[in-house]
Amino acid sequence: MNLVLDIVSWIFLCTGGLLGIIGGIGIHRFPDFYSRLHAAGITDTLCAGLILIGLGMQSGLTLASFKLVLIFFMLLFTSPTATHSLSNAALHSGLKPR
Amino acid sequence: MMYAVAAIAILITMGLALARALLGPSVFDRVLAVNMFGTKTVLLIAVFAFLSERHDILDIALIYALINFISVVAVLKLVEQKNFHTSGADADAKVKSE
Repeated sequence: MNLVLDIVSWIFLCTGGLLGIIGGIGIHRFPDFYSRLHAAGITDTLCAGLILIGLGMQSGLTLASFKLVLIFFMLLFTSPTATHSLSNAALHSGLKPR
Repeated sequence: MMYAVAAIAILITMGLALARALLGPSVFDRVLAVNMFGTKTVLLIAVFAFLSERHDILDIALIYALINFISVVAVLKLVEQKNFHTSGADADAKVKSE
């Protein structure tokens, strides 16, 4: 059982890290600021979710995994709001989407 | 061992985000890169907590997620209204009058 948990959390951690790198590359390759928001959005929510779930599996049902769930919900609520206010401020100050 | 792989992947993503922060043409690219960097710091702290088997560091990751969000909103207010003491009302009025 423990081996299965290790393998599954290994898969989650690796895909999370990979998605982070893909988002990081996406930030460089997208031409426009507003399309880069999408690349940053990928890494903010999905990569964070996968890594936190991978860590949560390792710690089982303890206080640490509860804190990981709290961190996940915090990131889930704050990063879209930050991205929205970012794009709102950019549009307000005249950054035209290409 | 797998925590090291995830930590390296997160460090690469943070490097890419820093590169975008340095290169970013508009100030909003920089704010976006800093926001992404902060989110990755939260994940790096969480992975480090499991790497060093000291699960009480996760509180720091949670607090960092909170501070990261507030700092992004504060920087956006500073960028959009050039100072902290004016309220958003006159800016909205100016936009409506255009």
